[in-house]
Amino acid sequence: MLRFGRRILHALLVLVAVSLLSFLLLAIAPGNYFDEMRLNPQISSKTVETLKVKYGMDRPWPVRYVKWMHSVVRGEFGYSFAYNCPVGSLLWARARNTLLLAGLATLLAWMVALPWGVLEALHKGEWLDRAGTLLTALLLAIPDVLLGLFLLLAAARTGLLSAGGMTSTNAGMVTTFEQTRDLAIHLILPVVGLALGLIPILVRHVRSAMVQVLEASYIQAARSFGVGKFRILYRHVFPVAVNPLLSLLGLSLGTLLSMSLLMEVIMSWPGLGPLLLEALFARDLYVVMAGVMLSSAFLLAGNLIADGLLYWSDPRIRAV
Amino acid sequence: MRIAWNTKNRALAFVLLAVHLPVVFAGFFSPNGYATQNRNLPFAPPTKLHFVDEAGHFHFRPFVYESTEAGSASNYQESRVARFPVRFFVKSAGEDSSNSGSPQLHFFGVEQPGLIYLMGTDGFGRDVFSRMLFGGRISLTAGILATGLALSLAIVLGVISGFYGHWVDTMVMRGVDIFLALPWLCLLFAVRAVLPLHIRTTETFLLFVGIIGIVGWARPARLIRGLVLTAKERNFVLASRAFGASDFHILRRHILPQVTGTLLTLVALLIPQFLLAEVTLSFLGLGVGEPLPSLGNLLAELQKYSVLTSYWWMYCPAIALVVLFLAYQWTAKTLQDEITEVTL
Repeated sequence: MLRFGRRILHALLVLVAVSLLSFLLLAIAPGNYFDEMRLNPQISSKTVETLKVKYGMDRPWPVRYVKWMHSVVRGEFGYSFAYNCPVGSLLWARARNTLLLAGLATLLAWMVALPWGVLEALHKGEWLDRAGTLLTALLLAIPDVLLGLFLLLAAARTGLLSAGGMTSTNAGMVTTFEQTRDLAIHLILPVVGLALGLIPILVRHVRSAMVQVLEASYIQAARSFGVGKFRILYRHVFPVAVNPLLSLLGLSLGTLLSMSLLMEVIMSWPGLGPLLLEALFARDLYVVMAGVMLSSAFLLAGNLIADGLLYWSDPRIRAV
Repeated sequence: MRIAWNTKNRALAFVLLAVHLPVVFAGFFSPNGYATQNRNLPFAPPTKLHFVDEAGHFHFRPFVYESTEAGSASNYQESRVARFPVRFFVKSAGEDSSNSGSPQLHFFGVEQPGLIYLMGTDGFGRDVFSRMLFGGRISLTAGILATGLALSLAIVLGVISGFYGHWVDTMVMRGVDIFLALPWLCLLFAVRAVLPLHIRTTETFLLFVGIIGIVGWARPARLIRGLVLTAKERNFVLASRAFGASDFHILRRHILPQVTGTLLTLVALLIPQFLLAEVTLSFLGLGVGEPLPSLGNLLAELQKYSVLTSYWWMYCPAIALVVLFLAYQWTAKTLQDEITEVTL
């Protein structure tokens, strides 16, 4: 358990380092929100100066960093120039949407990839395996951007699924059931897009993990003892093959978050992605900071969860 | 580290050449300039190649007709008045912006004043095929240069970290931890946020390569460090050290040769990854700017609803991208089978 505590501490330290690094990057950046504001002839330079002082942008960066850290502790994550409110209030709703999307996509991707990979491994070298491998190779070669676009096209052509956004604009929905149904319909496209991007990666790992265990000599021994096929699979193969997959779960979260930001922009899902992109264009630096920090916090949390699961499932790690 | 020159690998070499040659010599293989506009022909469908003319005569040399707008906008038909035969190795008039006004030799083209658009035109009447080739050149160059930069960083840091160990190793690996703690798109965003939004296109391009390279060094560095760690404990390396060889000699003669196989595989894995980073940034409008094409730029056009649903030829660059990725995937797989297994 001590080991695990150290992991958490390490993750926190990394997070602080990330914040320092990104703050430094943004501090040395040429031009900021107020420079863009100066270009506007309707705003006097005096107003800009006043605003600059009000937001503390005239102070050196270490002072701003400390101030920013204080606001992080309060859960505000700095102040957004463009929205004129604390970043925290902007962030939470968006983060919830991103987590919803990423969580559902992870679930779907694993639910498809596990049986698929296992099936491929069991039929290694046969036509089923080859067809599956070919399909994963093709899926892997299609970039996420394209997957999103193709899905949008399909939605536009068939007119069955609503493409874009998170809720419909018609006001007729009152009951919780109708609201949930509406949300579900809007969720389908981005979730499927994300899952399709993730599935080929997962299938490859599941397959190789399974194949490795299936070829072990103790499995052969079990087979020669006449142990049933399913018992071998459930009792002898899965518990061993699951370990590399658990660490993959943490790793896949990072890929998924990047993909999710992109997919949100394509599908105009109101998550962190569009917020971050808009902030980037407006040079609303604290929003960018907060977005970067939050997604790296998600990633680290994912890694920690995977570590925890591994700790729980693998007695060899517990023994160390 | 030899790669068997069998039929399968010959096919791979052929595919790689077929994918890269037209892109590298984009000026030669494209019939039109990437920025040459023809405002009379927005969203014209691909020009049809004909062999049989109106009178029913068969021509061995394919020819095209002139496209004219029929009634409403972007509704085209062929006016079958004049035939414009396709010719190979033609000289252009030299008005396209892709070169400095001098006439350029093209692989193919049609007789003046005919126009050939193999993949139709975009909203400004620019040739999608030519834009795809030029865009591929820019994206691919970005991918390759970024790979070069990231790998150089990774080699230097990874080797130093693995070879010298101690506090250097700790420092470098903590750096890796930080870079890996950020989702790569976020990291790209953050680094992009630092740089000014409006800059000249060539500068953008170089910045771009810089950004992707700086962001991408962490994972390869960790991999190389691991390899160096095992390599330096091999008996012949220890023997060499016992004979009094210098660090530099050991690195150059004993450590690096053990890493080269992995490096080659890494190149095949990283180029498409970084190319994708370029595509993503340009797609979001943060990368290479108009009128310069890149694969990401060309995909960004598809974000418009009307383009997505009505003009199928605008997908051609997307399909080219998938083909390029498949080629690289195949290369990576071959290298992994022939040399070493590498997992990023």
